[in-house]
Amino acid sequence: MSTSSVSKGCFVFKPSSKKRKTRSLEHYFTRDCEGRESSERRFKLCEDLWNKIKAETEVLQEELNKKILDSLLDFAKKCSTTRQHCDWASKMRANEIPTAALVLGVNVPDHDMTFQSLFDLLKHSVTPHVVSVQAKECGVLKHLLKRVLEGLMDVAVDDDDEEEMEQNPRSVHCSLSTLSDWYTAKTKKSSSATPGKKRNVQDEDEHHHHHQTPPVVIIFKDLEGFNPRVLQDFISICSRYIDRLPLMFIFGIATSPSTVQHMLPHSVSSLLCIELFQSLSCTQHLATVIDKLILTAQFPFKLNGKVMQVLISIFLYHDFSVRNFIKGLQLALLEHFHSQPLSILCCKKKEALLNVTLLSGRDLETVRQLPSFIRFVEKQEAGEQVKLMTDDDHLKEACQKLIKDLRKYHKSYYPVLRCLHTLTSLLPRYPLGKQIRELHLICLEKNVWENEDYQSAMKLLKMLAKDELITSLRKCSEILSSAKSKKMKKAFTELDELLAKFKHLDAVPETVQEEPESVTSPIRNLQQQKKTDLFQLQKTLLEMNESRRSKKKSPFELLRNEVVEFIDGLVTCHLPPPESQTLYEVCYYSSSATVRRHLNATPRTSIQTALSSPCFYLQNESLKNEDGTVSNSAPDICIAYKLHLECGRLINLYDWLEAYATVVSAAEGQDPDCDTFGKVDDVKHARFIRSVSELEFLGFIKSTRQKTDHVARLTWGGC
Amino acid sequence: MTGVLHHPGYADEKLQRVEQLIPCRELQAGMLVSLMGQPQHYSYPSIFIYGHRASGKSHVLHILMKELEVTALVMEKAELLRDADANLLPALLRLQELVDDNITVILLSEIVWEKFRPNTGCFEPLLLHFPDYSKGELQQILSTDSHPSYSAELYSSYINILLGVFYSVCRDLRELRHLAALNFNKFCEPLTEGKVKETETHKLWRNIEPHLKKAMQTVYIREVSSLQWEQMQQTEDEGGALRGLSAHTHVELPYYSKFLLIAAYLASYNPARTDKRFFVKHHGKIRKTNFLKKNEKTSNHLLGPKPFALDRLLAIFYSVVDSRVAPTASIFSQISSLVTLQLLTQISHTDQLDAPKYKCSISLDFISAVSRTVNFDIVKYLYDFL
Repeated sequence: MSTSSVSKGCFVFKPSSKKRKTRSLEHYFTRDCEGRESSERRFKLCEDLWNKIKAETEVLQEELNKKILDSLLDFAKKCSTTRQHCDWASKMRANEIPTAALVLGVNVPDHDMTFQSLFDLLKHSVTPHVVSVQAKECGVLKHLLKRVLEGLMDVAVDDDDEEEMEQNPRSVHCSLSTLSDWYTAKTKKSSSATPGKKRNVQDEDEHHHHHQTPPVVIIFKDLEGFNPRVLQDFISICSRYIDRLPLMFIFGIATSPSTVQHMLPHSVSSLLCIELFQSLSCTQHLATVIDKLILTAQFPFKLNGKVMQVLISIFLYHDFSVRNFIKGLQLALLEHFHSQPLSILCCKKKEALLNVTLLSGRDLETVRQLPSFIRFVEKQEAGEQVKLMTDDDHLKEACQKLIKDLRKYHKSYYPVLRCLHTLTSLLPRYPLGKQIRELHLICLEKNVWENEDYQSAMKLLKMLAKDELITSLRKCSEILSSAKSKKMKKAFTELDELLAKFKHLDAVPETVQEEPESVTSPIRNLQQQKKTDLFQLQKTLLEMNESRRSKKKSPFELLRNEVVEFIDGLVTCHLPPPESQTLYEVCYYSSSATVRRHLNATPRTSIQTALSSPCFYLQNESLKNEDGTVSNSAPDICIAYKLHLECGRLINLYDWLEAYATVVSAAEGQDPDCDTFGKVDDVKHARFIRSVSELEFLGFIKSTRQKTDHVARLTWGGC
Repeated sequence: MTGVLHHPGYADEKLQRVEQLIPCRELQAGMLVSLMGQPQHYSYPSIFIYGHRASGKSHVLHILMKELEVTALVMEKAELLRDADANLLPALLRLQELVDDNITVILLSEIVWEKFRPNTGCFEPLLLHFPDYSKGELQQILSTDSHPSYSAELYSSYINILLGVFYSVCRDLRELRHLAALNFNKFCEPLTEGKVKETETHKLWRNIEPHLKKAMQTVYIREVSSLQWEQMQQTEDEGGALRGLSAHTHVELPYYSKFLLIAAYLASYNPARTDKRFFVKHHGKIRKTNFLKKNEKTSNHLLGPKPFALDRLLAIFYSVVDSRVAPTASIFSQISSLVTLQLLTQISHTDQLDAPKYKCSISLDFISAVSRTVNFDIVKYLYDFL
């Protein structure tokens, strides 16, 4: 490219749009991923799986929002119908604007979806006149009015004070009276345009009645963000038009409903008729998402304990955002299929078995190197060992069997996990966690039955009162009955038999009926007085152990022990951690560091890494020194950074410059004995000034007036 | 008997009709009518009317303009004119002179004229005060809304009871009318059930009084909406299952946001000098009196929150949070989330990226509730409570 310009200058050549190709997602996925040959198939699997998960989450969100949205819709409908009633009472208080205060929780970005579905639902079933506004667009009253008018009337709104001659002829004046005129015209037109044709009279009447004056709904997405003054003025203006314009407000509130009272004085809030709608708390929301997406054998892809822990702690500690949690899950999914060649087996049973036969020689070699597979091989007989390590076809067969085993493991893991949670979640002080996700994390970590808390939970279970025990056992049996695997079916029948025995116990009149009561009473006491300290708990447990040893057990106690043993058996059989399963690497994503790095960025640490070891980001081997220190040839800013670490709180700029010049001279290969060695020339000076100002920009130093020619360090610690 | 209103310019029947429409404001209306004069007369250029909310200012003018076809330029909520351009108010006051036509500007406000007068001086409007309605007047006005299916006497006695309860706290006609409408059904309940006759006022009073008292605590201060109040009355649930708006003050926050908020509160209410005392492990024994400065004798809580820099907030945060926290991007984004939730306020301009300053805008009750959920004893760390 050339120009015919004579003068020197800078020219921008925009790349022609033809050259740029929009690369597909697939291209990025397959570009530099492990195991190139299967990457396309893996991408396909990953995409399918993600689409399934996404569809599932959407259904889930819809269900969760359904209740609150339905009640909001009812409210809107009720408001618009009571307005049309002509009885004395509704006429007397017709001057109030119906307002729904919708409390959605502190994670504001998550609300967008809720508002979108609310908007659609309102448009679809209540009124065509819906508009939603957010605070950042409405700094002053005029902008708010403009937004509302534009959103409702779909025309350009003129908000300029100056009356210019060349106004857009289609634009309208920015005031509520414009809106009210528009509304009157609109409703008149629509009511005259739909004379009854074929519908029967009643239907027509109802339809007519409802649609004659549909309400005008204004959604304030983030109430907290609005300037209170703007909101107050807007509301008092609106209330003047309420007889002509059936307005209705929806306030999206992130914190608490009392915000309304903080923002609006009585004279304004008395113009509103506020009804409160509280949405599901985000922790409950997360629990449902985990229940439906994670704790299920439906999806072959799994997270290991550490990754799970990272995602959950980001949620609990940082953002309370369910959307981010799902995004994290998506990231893990993508990373897993991208980095693990064997993820080609992470799919439905049939497909997985087929894919085993398609494994390449290199893939099989990867299988042989999997830690879980090595453990498996070590347990086999010598002949079998050799066969597995050398015979590819034999290995494929073994893999098919192992994949099946892994599936079976999952099929029984989740029902048993749920059963255990049902039982332990009624124990005092929740020894294995209140939420099922906590129990899941414990089980992912190591053998749960070796956990001390588990053992104490089992002891407590052996003291549970009859009614509680039976109700929770019934729940367990429900869980097991819905499970599909053979083992679970067997467990279900066994549990049913045990339950039947309990029933039988009831039927037989007992002589020692009183005894179990006396034994169970201390534990009941424990539950009643919630704040039992551990010491007391242990004491009671010990006492009870003593007393039990001394007494002869009643039939109920014997049965109870039998049940607990049964549950314990189920747990030891079905809840070993996934790491113990052969080929678990196929399904489990375990790189928690990657997930953490992507989702919870640490800008400061990254900057420090970049400055102290530039080779990490530049990936230039020549910058690497054996002892890990910065080489002389590193970028200027790295050298300046390194030198400044050696200084105290105040840095003398001249000393710093000289030290810098020495290092740079060495890097340029100057002879140390030469006269000019370490001398400051213009270029070095300029380079130094630039790196110092870059460091200042990054916040490591700042200028100070304490001493001339000095700058102050803003960080502590040396090299 | 003829009414109070007389004016040669208008027919007596017309004036009488006006009088019926504006009960208890005949005097003020008469004054206005005589000020406006006959339609062809030039009237006074500007009139300033003030009186409390719902004292009939707009209503009287509305009726006069409609029934007597008086023309005037009426500005409601005139106090907002003070925020407009400085020359707007003086110009409006002399509009008659400026446009050279018979036009009167009437300003309505709840604020007295003294608070309007610009520094540069202006044309003085005629002042007219609408006093509050007396109890008797309120009774008279409210009784006109009587329910069509009940006698006017019954409604009037109901209003009497209502005023007995509410007059001491509220004299706002609009509010009273609203309350009257809300509670009338309850009042009539014994009548419709046939238990009481219309004349047995005492029994009716006994029935309605506790309800009105309850209304005073809830619906009057908008703790519950009028719709909810009506539902409550229908379902008769006396347990008060419905909680008012201010009962919901609990805010769920992520764990670190809670600590950031605690740190912000400490930074706002503790003098910076005392940070060492609270957050350095071996600070030595520094007693409060030793570093008490003169102006700090007053409680910091009475003075309100003080601004603090981001650095100080983070330093306190890392010191109070019980685990090691990496300075991740989400910690910083949580700070800005707290600002959008209006739990913190950014003092410096948002353009200033370097060392932004904040204030903590939450109450002690709120922060105590938050710190209880994370087992942090905030009172121990507050200088005021040392």
